[in-house]
Amino acid sequence: MSQPLSQIRPSKTNAWHRWASDHAITAISVLGTIVVLVPLVAVLFYLIYKGASSLNLAFFTHVPKPVGETGGGMANSIVGSAIILTLASAMGIPVGIAGGVYLAEYGAGTWLGAIIRFVADVLNGVPSIVMGIAGYSLIVVHQHHFSALAAGVTLGIMMIPTVTRTTEEMLLTVPHAIREAAYGLGVPRWRTILSISLRTAAPGIITGCMLAFARIAGETAPLLFTAFGSQFWPHSLNEPMAALPLQIFVYALSPYDEWHRLAWAGALVLISMIMISVGLVRYVTSRGQLKGGH
Amino acid sequence: MGVGIEVRDLNAWYGSTHSLRDINLTMPANSATALIGPSGCGKSTFVRCLNRMHETNPSARVEGSVKVGDIDIYKDASPVEIRRRIGMVFQRPNPFPTMSIYDNVASGLKLNGFRNRKLLDEVVERSLKQAALWNEVKDDLKKKSGASLSGGQQQRLCIARALAVDPEVLLMDEPASALDPLSTSKIEDLIFQLKNEYTIVIVTHNMQQAARVAENTGFFLMGQLVEFASTNTIFTKPADKRTEDYITGRFG
Repeated sequence: MSQPLSQIRPSKTNAWHRWASDHAITAISVLGTIVVLVPLVAVLFYLIYKGASSLNLAFFTHVPKPVGETGGGMANSIVGSAIILTLASAMGIPVGIAGGVYLAEYGAGTWLGAIIRFVADVLNGVPSIVMGIAGYSLIVVHQHHFSALAAGVTLGIMMIPTVTRTTEEMLLTVPHAIREAAYGLGVPRWRTILSISLRTAAPGIITGCMLAFARIAGETAPLLFTAFGSQFWPHSLNEPMAALPLQIFVYALSPYDEWHRLAWAGALVLISMIMISVGLVRYVTSRGQLKGGH
Repeated sequence: MGVGIEVRDLNAWYGSTHSLRDINLTMPANSATALIGPSGCGKSTFVRCLNRMHETNPSARVEGSVKVGDIDIYKDASPVEIRRRIGMVFQRPNPFPTMSIYDNVASGLKLNGFRNRKLLDEVVERSLKQAALWNEVKDDLKKKSGASLSGGQQQRLCIARALAVDPEVLLMDEPASALDPLSTSKIEDLIFQLKNEYTIVIVTHNMQQAARVAENTGFFLMGQLVEFASTNTIFTKPADKRTEDYITGRFG
C-alpha cells in the first residue's frame, strides 16, 4: 500500500480545521445573502418613504393636472402601462416559448438552431434604447405617428430572447425517460411536447416569463420612441399612450416639487404592480399542485 | 389477447455501430420470452426495435421485418400506431412527475383524445388492479403525484399505465433491475399473471428471473442471437458452448 490509511482517514487532528472551514463557508454565504438583500430592501423602503405619502385615491383615478394646479394622478399611466405590458406579453411570451420549443426539441444540432440561439443571445444584450430606435423606424415611421401598438411590439420583441432561452434550458432539463414513456404509449411527438415536456418544465418557463416581464415593465427608453406618453386617458391602441416609466421620467426631470413627489409615488406603484403580477402568476400556477410532485 | 411476434433478418445500427446482426426468432402469443446476455449485447436495442422506439434516436437505422400478429410494423403502420399496440416498461420507473396517479394511468388514453370520464374511471381501476397496485393507491388516486410513490410502486404504476391502452404485447426492458427483492418478486408475480393475456418480452440480467417467468429464452452476444429455445432447454442443456459459459458464470 503506497498511502498509509491513517493519512486519508478523517482524523482528530484535522477536526478544528474542518470546524473552522465549515463555519467560514456558512458565514460567507450568509454575508453574501445580506449584501444582495440590503440594497433591494433599502430601495423598496426608500420608495415607500418617499412615495407613500403622495398616494391617495386621486392618484389612481385622475389624469395629470397642468403645472401649478395641485392634485391630479397617474391613472392614465397605470392603465396605459397595463395595456402596453399585456400587449407585449401576448406577443412576446407565445413567440418566445415557440422559439424555445424549436431550439430544444427540433433545432438541436442544426445550423438554423445555432443561428437562432446566437441571435437570441445577441438580442438579449442589445441596449433598450437601440430597441426603441428600431421600433421607431420599423413601426412609428411607417405609421407616421406614435402608438401603444408600436410600444407593445417593441417590448414584446425584447421579451422574446429571455423567454426563448429559458424555455430551451428548461425543456432540456426534462429527462429523456419521461419523453420515452409518452412515445411508448403511442403519444405523437407534438402532443408529447405540449402535454408532457412543456408541462414538466412549466415552473421554470414561468419564472423565465416573469423575469422577462419584470424587465420590460420598467423600460423607459423604448417607450420614448414608441408610446411617447400622453396626459389623457387612452382611447385606442393606435395612438400615443401614457405609461408609468414615461410619466416618472418626465416628472422626475421637471423642476416642480409636486411632480417630484408624484414621480416617487409612480415608482412605488410601478414596483408594486410588478410584484403583484409576479406573485399572482406564481400563486395561480402553484395551485393544483399534487402531493409529492414537482 | 396477445399476438405472436415474428422477427426476420433484423439488423440495427447506431450511427456506424452495427448493434444487431441478422436476428431471426419467433415468439409465441400469450407467453413470456426472456432475453439474456451481457451488457451491451444488443438485447435492449432488440426490444426497442419491436416497438420502433429504436428510431427515436436520430442516428439509428433498422433493416429487416418484424411481424406483430398480422402486421409488419415497419411497413404497414406508423410508429405511433405501433406503440399503441405494443406497450413498454422501462428499466427505471418513469411516471409523469406532474400528473396524479390517476392521470398517469389514464395518460395514454387522455393524450390520445379520450374524454369519456366513466370509461376512464373503469380503465384506471382495471389497470391498477391488474398491476396489483389498486389497494395501495385507491385513496390517493387524484391527490398524489405518481412521483410520490416508492420505486417499486412507481414501476407497477408504469405497468398499469402501459396496460391501460390495452396493448397486445408488453415489452419490459429490465423492469426490476432498479428495485429491491420484494418489489422484484411482486413484478415477477405480475408477469406470471399477465402472460395469460399478453405476449411479454422481458430483458433481464437476472437468470433466475428468466427461469422463473419465461417459457422461452434467447441468449444475445455481441449483437447476435446465439441461441433461442425453451427456457428449460437453455438452462439445462444449451446447444451452444457460449450459452453454457454464460449461464454457468464463466463470463459476462
